[in-house]
Amino acid sequence: MARFLSTFFRKLTGTKLFWPLLALALLLLFNLVFTKGFFHIQIKDGHLYGSLIDVLNRAAPLMLISIGLTLVIATSGIDISVGAVVAISGALVAMLIGGNLVLKDGVQTYVTLVPMSVAIVAAVLVSGVFGLWNGFLVSRVGMQPIVATLILITAGRGVAQLITSGQIITIYYKPYFFVGNGFLLGIPFSLYMVLAVLLFTLLLTRRTALGLFIESIGINPRASRMTGINAKNLLLLVYTFSAICAGIAGLIVCSNVKSADGNNAGLYFELDAILAVVLGGTSMTGGKFYLLGSVVGALIIQALTTTIYSIGVPPEITLVVKAVVVFLVMMFQSSTFRGIVFGRSGKQVA
Amino acid sequence: MFGKFNVKYLSLVVTIGLFLLMYGLGAKLYTGFLSPQVFLNLFIDNAFLGVTAIGMTFVIISGGIDLSVGCVIALTTMISAHCLEVSHWNPALVILLVLLVGSALGFAMGCLIHFFKLPPFIVTLAGYFLARGLCYVISIDTIPITNSFYTKVSQYRIPMPGHSFISINVIIMLVVVLAAIYLAHYTKFGRTVYAIGGNEQSAILMGLPVGRTKILVYTLNGFLSALAGVVFTIYMLSGYGLHAVGMEMDAIAAAVIGGTLLSGGVGYVFGTLFGVLILGTIQTLIEFQGTLSSWWTKIVIGVLLFLFCLLQRLFETGKGLKIKAKPAEAKPDPEPGALQPHPR
Repeated sequence: MARFLSTFFRKLTGTKLFWPLLALALLLLFNLVFTKGFFHIQIKDGHLYGSLIDVLNRAAPLMLISIGLTLVIATSGIDISVGAVVAISGALVAMLIGGNLVLKDGVQTYVTLVPMSVAIVAAVLVSGVFGLWNGFLVSRVGMQPIVATLILITAGRGVAQLITSGQIITIYYKPYFFVGNGFLLGIPFSLYMVLAVLLFTLLLTRRTALGLFIESIGINPRASRMTGINAKNLLLLVYTFSAICAGIAGLIVCSNVKSADGNNAGLYFELDAILAVVLGGTSMTGGKFYLLGSVVGALIIQALTTTIYSIGVPPEITLVVKAVVVFLVMMFQSSTFRGIVFGRSGKQVA
Repeated sequence: MFGKFNVKYLSLVVTIGLFLLMYGLGAKLYTGFLSPQVFLNLFIDNAFLGVTAIGMTFVIISGGIDLSVGCVIALTTMISAHCLEVSHWNPALVILLVLLVGSALGFAMGCLIHFFKLPPFIVTLAGYFLARGLCYVISIDTIPITNSFYTKVSQYRIPMPGHSFISINVIIMLVVVLAAIYLAHYTKFGRTVYAIGGNEQSAILMGLPVGRTKILVYTLNGFLSALAGVVFTIYMLSGYGLHAVGMEMDAIAAAVIGGTLLSGGVGYVFGTLFGVLILGTIQTLIEFQGTLSSWWTKIVIGVLLFLFCLLQRLFETGKGLKIKAKPAEAKPDPEPGALQPHPR
């Protein structure tokens, strides 16, 4: 059965996606045995309800960020400012919608300062501008990606707090809650956003030569420049896209908790997102990237967190588990380690 | 020769100049800014940052990065608090233990980076999760420290001229600074660190102990992070899993503002000290100003970081031009020589 499944997956998507899927399957299997009602899905108020749906819904921001970050890492870059961009985007949308509870004749009325669509578009655009700034520093000034995005991670949270004047803005405008908590045809609305971004990215990178160009920058920037690939503008594009993904994730996070917190929104998202991308099979050194793998990686992280919550271990232990996961994944990515473990056993077989 | 000297120290001069400028600005704007205690408070309030930033400087000079330092500091405060308050250990034993734990963690990360050729970024990310997670394994809550030795050290004031004082933490930091300057500039280890950061391949070909030095650098940083943790514990008198969040970014920022090149090979411990003082001055200035909120600190640090990275890029491209210029100058030389053997 397992063999059949593995060959099936191999045929379906290639070997790279198999390992993250296997990890996810094992995690779910663990829950099937140890967590009661984990797979119980029921229809409540006309939409699906249950732990699995919860995992999917909560993983949405991380999935979005991971998609954007995958492309950045594929160029052998890194974007550690995504968490700060999440905070900025959330702060901006909250400020534009306005944090006032408006009562008319004792009944709450839903008022926004600017139309919601304008607020959302503005937040995403501003996120894009921050990404453009990252991309500019990397591609035009020639800074190392980690340094360029370090600047934004330091200043970004300050900017977010500047927007919210250092306070947590609570949103009372109900239509906005739909972004993070709404359901469309019984499925969380945030998942549609993830799906849309994923499909868009897949089409753009796999149906055009763009994906190939991005990979070539990651594998050999010089050779790709020689072949006439405009690496500078591609880098600009990739960092902007990453920030836009983070901006959209910021909208969901902000809507989820119905407030904007410049300090804590999106805290450590960059680390989780890097973990998700690496789990998905994309190497930190750049080159080939696996968008679906990153999405599965994000799901693994969320499933892990939810599992730890549901089996009653203090949730903070998640960090230790994550450390072990990072450790295992990086060992398997290290060719030296593979040489020691698999090389020797391979020789013995031969 | 003089020009070379200038470029080498220019970044350092800029850093020290900036510090004096900012301090001068503060002195001009606010009365009392020039009081000795305000200046000494810079050291008292940033001693832990100084200690850990010096460790970070070594790591960055060697061409690596360490994201785990903030979490190692938090773990140190947690272990100290737990051992002191719950297990009632001897303070000397506790300090020895946390220094060992920090060094061991750094050693392990160094080994992973060297033996498995893993990117430091990812390895120290694992260290980050592990150290922060272990804090919560010990306890989720704050543990206040009431141990008499720690409180005495914390409250002890060493009188300085002008009715001012410094704390023991400051002495620890200054000792670390002096030791680090000696280590970086007057020992084989220090020179090897610079060589690795400059060009690892060349360092290997030169027969330098690259692997050993790399592991030692991370061990040293682990040790210094733990020491910073001890200093931080004495400063805060509590252990908490959320202590020192984002400290790694401050440490990196201090090193960069102090003139350490993030691509490795260039940097000064002395510069890092001024990097720390600049970060401290920004905070003090904003405190004195009163109406500006604390988040402006972050923005100003971000802007400074940007300016210094830009400056570094200029140096780097300047260096690049020099290398390019040399072969062009050298080319005409062999030609007359080459012509001589063929006098037809």
